[in-house]
Amino acid sequence: MWRDASLVAGRDLRIEARSRVALQQVAPFALLVLILFAFALDPEGPLLERATPGLYWVTVLFSAVLAVARSAAVDEADGVRDALRLSGLDPAGMFVGKALAVAAELAVLEVLLGAGVVVLYGADPAAVGLLAATCVAATVAVASTGTLYGALVSGLRVRETLLPLLLLPVLAPVLIGGTRAFEAALDGSPADGWSWCGLLAAFAVLYSAAGALAYGTLLEGS
Amino acid sequence: MEPVVHLRDAVALLGRFPALAGIDLDVARGEIVLLRGPNGAGKTTVLRVCAGLVPVVRGQAVVLGHDLRHDARAVRRRVGMLGHATGLFDDLTVADNVTFWGRAHRAERGDVEAALGLVGLAGRLRGVPVARLSAGQRRRTSLACLLVRRPELWLLDEPHAGLDHEARDLLDRLVRQAVGQGATVVISSHELDRAEALADRVVTIDGGVTGGAEPAPRHAAGIERDVAADATPGVAPEVTHVA
Amino acid sequence: MTAITPAGTSRGTSPSGAPGPGPVTRPTVPAHTGSRGTRVVGWAAVAGLALLLLYGLVVSPADVEMGDAVRLMYVHVPSATYLYVGCFITTVASALWLWKRTPGWDALAEAGAEVALVFSFVVLLTGSLWGRPTWGTYWVWDARLTSTAVLTALLAGYLALRRLDLDPDARSTRAAVLGLLLVPNVVVVNRSVSWWRSLHQDATLARIDPTIEGDMLVALMVGFLAIGLVFTWLMMHRFRVAWLEQQADRVDLDAALAARRAEASPAAGAAGADDRDGGEVPA
Repeated sequence: MWRDASLVAGRDLRIEARSRVALQQVAPFALLVLILFAFALDPEGPLLERATPGLYWVTVLFSAVLAVARSAAVDEADGVRDALRLSGLDPAGMFVGKALAVAAELAVLEVLLGAGVVVLYGADPAAVGLLAATCVAATVAVASTGTLYGALVSGLRVRETLLPLLLLPVLAPVLIGGTRAFEAALDGSPADGWSWCGLLAAFAVLYSAAGALAYGTLLEGS
Repeated sequence: MEPVVHLRDAVALLGRFPALAGIDLDVARGEIVLLRGPNGAGKTTVLRVCAGLVPVVRGQAVVLGHDLRHDARAVRRRVGMLGHATGLFDDLTVADNVTFWGRAHRAERGDVEAALGLVGLAGRLRGVPVARLSAGQRRRTSLACLLVRRPELWLLDEPHAGLDHEARDLLDRLVRQAVGQGATVVISSHELDRAEALADRVVTIDGGVTGGAEPAPRHAAGIERDVAADATPGVAPEVTHVA
Repeated sequence: MTAITPAGTSRGTSPSGAPGPGPVTRPTVPAHTGSRGTRVVGWAAVAGLALLLLYGLVVSPADVEMGDAVRLMYVHVPSATYLYVGCFITTVASALWLWKRTPGWDALAEAGAEVALVFSFVVLLTGSLWGRPTWGTYWVWDARLTSTAVLTALLAGYLALRRLDLDPDARSTRAAVLGLLLVPNVVVVNRSVSWWRSLHQDATLARIDPTIEGDMLVALMVGFLAIGLVFTWLMMHRFRVAWLEQQADRVDLDAALAARRAEASPAAGAAGADDRDGGEVPA
């Protein structure tokens, strides 16, 4: 399974390297969302600063929807689904590979956003360990959930509107957990934050397992 | 010897629609069989059934020794399919595509190079993204992705469509070469002249059932096939229209 | 489960037990989804609701703190419970459909989700109405209301997926995978939301006061009973509607085969008819 996963992850990342969609479209979109929030919330007052953790994760979630949609679209190309079924690749491996590729893209995005938040909002990062762990757990959670739901809407005519509707409520706990953990890190009381980080890790495990198990059924049954 | 494909009264559904309503087909190793019939007859579905992609709900279906009613997935790795769709990733290059599909099949670097060479894409074109290729070049790339799997059963759906003369010759040559090495080929085609020249036997499919079968015209004319080994032109073909 | 099987529908015909996708032989299709069972449950529900009105509005006292608004609890709390029951039914039915592939489970999953959606609106509405006199606003971000709002979105998404124009078996497979995740999603969302809100010590909406007793407790129990009957009645009807929709889709395989063979052009049809055992319908 891991062999197939690394093959698929490599393919997806190579496609990204050639087409540069995440770099040229998703990343600017994310930065744009940050800027729009600044317009909405008046950067002079304290509101933006207090809202920074939440805005960060909201931006990540919106960007993740785009990244996941793009990842799923790769497999919808002309006859690729049949070819994947014929290939003998392990579906769980395919799922893990795709999720890892999305996670890698999101991780880069999060670093970029973190820098953006520090610069644009003047945030002051402390407790970097907690921040990093939260990001890792949340990224895996978002990537695996997104890949599963991307497969759920794969090939449908309405997938562009259906994917956010399906995915975002499911990711609400990630938003809650990520925000609370970041708040704890920035406030200097990391203890609470680690509990939230644990929740995110559990979420990530749940959806990684669910995706690995369900991906084959979805590949065949539609 | 056991036939590579054995379908007897096979019924297959696409959703609720019975695309195949009772197909009889026997293909021996090393044969090239042409499926002929009007649009919507079920030719593509027969190929997809043999690939293990479409389930069979009634009748018998055994391909390469696997009973498709129970174990369809096992047959997939052993077949190669060339359909209407390309099965390629448009953003990746020719070489990337063949490498990916090859490595998915556990092929080696050498197999990938050989496949590229056989279709004539080992040179400058190997680094071109598929999106920028012509339709014929894409078809050749798909063919390379098939070759790299070294399948025992080739399933070709309208393979000559969209290819120029040179590419068609190439395809025919590769088919004959594969058969010489022990592969079996089932083709569906509208383009009867070209395909009949290639095939040993022609089977008619219409309304989801097998109609008649007859030896390919060139057999009637006594033309030898230029492959040694299994090919036995002039011998009466297996009768398939026995219920 | 027996309360939910279609007592009034196809006599002697059972859901297809054949493995894998595919049509079944044609069942008898009744004209409506009512039956003796639904009538019994329906009238019991009406009686229960009448009793609830009696107890809720008249007999039970107003709460010391909350005043008359507490009477909404007798509807709000049971509705929330049955909302979760509906989600549970959907998840279990989805799992069973993926395992057994009999269409009854698919219909049950759809029914559970739709009835659950109805109840989620009831929960949101009663909670909102409760909030107005208590806190002066129609909406508070308390744990239950917030979770229910997210749950409403989850259910809306599930039902949107079900309504897609797809091959029925493909649609059912996708919906079943989504339905299977419904209860885990609900659990995770509820946990995180309630944990989050607990950090703020906001007034919680629907704490069932352990000291609730006497007529208030009786009213609440009546509420559970009455709302439960309404839930059951809705489930029975909705399941049967879904079941009938599925049956309408089903095609008799043999008839479809005959029609398919008849599509053959006359020459091939005639040639085929000679060759085939058991004969076929000539074009």
